[in-house]
Amino acid sequence: MLFKIQRYNPETDKKPYMQEFHLDDVTPGMMLRDALIKIKEHDETLSFRHSCGEGVCGSDAININGTNGLGCLTSLSDLKEPIEVRPVPGMPIIRDLVVDMTQFFHHYRAVKPYLTVHDPMPEVELAQTPEERDKLDGLYECILCGCCTTACPSFWWNPDKFRGPAALLQAYRFLADSRDQATDERLQELDGPYRMFRCHTIMNCANVCPKELNPARAIHHIKQLMLKEMV
Amino acid sequence: MNIAKRKFDVLVIGAGGGGLRSSLQLAQADAKVAVVSKVFPTRSHTVAAQGGMNAALANVSPDNWHWHMFDTVKGSDYLGDQDAIEYMCRAASHLVYELEHQGVPFSRLENGKIYQRPFGGQSQNFGGEQAARTCAAADRTGHAILHSLYQQNIRAKTHFFDEFFAIDLIRAEDGMILGALVLEIETGEPLIIEAKTTLLATGGVGQLFRTNTNARINTGDGLGMALRAGIPLEDMEFFQFHPTGIAGRGMLITEGARGEGGFLVNKDGERFMERYAPHAKDLASRDVVSRAISTEVRDGRGCGPNADHVMLKVDHLGTEVLAKRLPGITSMVKTFLGIDPAEQSIPVFPTAHYTMGGIPTNKVGQVVVPIEQGEETVQGLYAVGECACVSVHGANRLGGNSLLDIVVFGRAAGNHIIDFLKENRYHRPLVEDGIDMAMARLARWDKKGQGESVANIKSELQATMEEYCGVFRTQDVLDKGLEKVMEIERRMDDVRLQDHSKIFNTARIEALELENLVDLAVATVASAAKRHESRGAHSRMDYPDRDDARWLKHSLYYKKDNRIEYKPVRLKAITVDTFPPKERVY
Repeated sequence: MLFKIQRYNPETDKKPYMQEFHLDDVTPGMMLRDALIKIKEHDETLSFRHSCGEGVCGSDAININGTNGLGCLTSLSDLKEPIEVRPVPGMPIIRDLVVDMTQFFHHYRAVKPYLTVHDPMPEVELAQTPEERDKLDGLYECILCGCCTTACPSFWWNPDKFRGPAALLQAYRFLADSRDQATDERLQELDGPYRMFRCHTIMNCANVCPKELNPARAIHHIKQLMLKEMV
Repeated sequence: MNIAKRKFDVLVIGAGGGGLRSSLQLAQADAKVAVVSKVFPTRSHTVAAQGGMNAALANVSPDNWHWHMFDTVKGSDYLGDQDAIEYMCRAASHLVYELEHQGVPFSRLENGKIYQRPFGGQSQNFGGEQAARTCAAADRTGHAILHSLYQQNIRAKTHFFDEFFAIDLIRAEDGMILGALVLEIETGEPLIIEAKTTLLATGGVGQLFRTNTNARINTGDGLGMALRAGIPLEDMEFFQFHPTGIAGRGMLITEGARGEGGFLVNKDGERFMERYAPHAKDLASRDVVSRAISTEVRDGRGCGPNADHVMLKVDHLGTEVLAKRLPGITSMVKTFLGIDPAEQSIPVFPTAHYTMGGIPTNKVGQVVVPIEQGEETVQGLYAVGECACVSVHGANRLGGNSLLDIVVFGRAAGNHIIDFLKENRYHRPLVEDGIDMAMARLARWDKKGQGESVANIKSELQATMEEYCGVFRTQDVLDKGLEKVMEIERRMDDVRLQDHSKIFNTARIEALELENLVDLAVATVASAAKRHESRGAHSRMDYPDRDDARWLKHSLYYKKDNRIEYKPVRLKAITVDTFPPKERVY
């Protein structure tokens, strides 16, 4: 099986280039991450992030044949050859497939992604009905891999100002939580022409999310909440 | 050499649930706390915990902490320290409520309370009916807890050193720990972090075995650091094999699948757990179920063309239960096996999962080492979570007790450190010798030339551990295993890196991790070869019975000369009567 992998080592390379690798021992059920590990056994200079191997840690977001995804959840049998692997777009490259995620996490922290309750806490759990809890499904499962945000043209144009789909999904995860009491502050923080309103519903985010979440829909819900506040 | 230095009150190494619960307690108390993690915090392996966290909330079945304590002591095969177990079970409900207040999206019951499911080894009334004690966020409880704890740390303004790898602890001559030397992965530059106290929360060492449920990062780095600092490791022979890893691949299928009503069958379609555990059946303790599966396969009743696994049946639960309670494993099985668990059974086999042993601590997380009479604390050093051995899990951990362990002892250690800082206001001066030793460990990998590769040694080590230190053990096999891992240890001198670059050199990190793995393989096999009884996860065909007269004691393995000592189990609880050892049936 033929792979073309983008390489870049800032200590020796002026700019990124593509390198070919052949793997003979591809077995049924093998994932792209397994292949990268095998390639690294032959060439230990290849650098990429990975850890759990089952799509919950969010380490191994990469660009695979032009589309963002997780190496560990992408089956080799689903890919056309040659398999082209690049770092996710729109981020500074540190080395090979490793990108600098600083900007991404900055936006995540900026939406204050934590439950805020102003009332005194009860001595037991805060009550929440199953229906209220259902509203968090499709939101809380985010693994912060960055596939969505780095696939978003609005983020590519305004990476410093637009929060990006991952951070906005998290913003809505707390707006949607019946226990949270910071709705006004959260909505205010997202107002203005850039932070959220740069979203043009291009839908790349939902198309690439390896957890099948839909940040675009969450953004739509935030806009509805804002409208409701204004009325 | 001029190495950059940073100074904090507390250095936390590891950003899983244990580390983050500690750092949160400390940051909220205005301590200056640095968390060092070799991966971004939400990538830590707590994220992969599925089934839930035990606490006697009694939301679903009658329950109290004392019953939970009994189950945990029995589950530990009486090797757990009963003071620590009482402490943990008493704290459990409070800690779950606290996590809920911190934002964890627990699943809910109709009355708005936290959903709880039955898990293995749980009973009402000291061995009676099955209890439902495991608080769950679907089958993504670890993810929900880890993300919430990280989020609360953002709010508390904890200092994070993301993608820094800890090389070694820095020790004063009198043994006090003064901080650690760490390596910034992105730049390849070393950094000294000075701290009045250092807390290890680096997790377990599932990567010892070829087939495991663990992440690539679970290489026992804190355990390796402790060994090199002269600290012994406790009860390393007790390694948990989870009954239901996906056969041949290792991904975890939560015990919650059986808690929700799933069960195991052999090639004849027989629900074989009824033979091994007539009362608890599929919800017996993990060691019991893993041995049962291994026995079925060994006796020719395995499934598949190679008769090398059994089947976990969940298709009768219905799509609604699967979607609501087990969505994570449903999608995982579809991705990795291409089958829908709503229609087909899942092939499973016992898979290396959890390190019961670890760095010996007391119940507030202080690291303790033996002295002539009793034991003393290692000044300035704490350990919590899977890398620690309190010991609340003894010879076998109950499902749902590890998420509990990390938050209970993470918080307890945080509180104890806060008190310590009040009494100890100043940093001790750094010791150059301590820094030089840590730097030497790093410099070793600058050696150039041809040699063996890290990847080869690692896969050989993992295969050796699987073959010689698995579910069933005998003296012959363990002795051979020990020879083999010690041979691998010798070969480490000949390993060379081909990549000597500085920027994000993951090959160098893997080499440093391999050093830890090799040390821990020797610790595990050496401890196992010495224990001549069967207890919990340590199952000896040549010594099939538990032997309380000779072996109701903890092992302590020292790296120097592979020496093994023993210390007594703390049978005395804090306030309640001791649960005396008795025969363990489910």
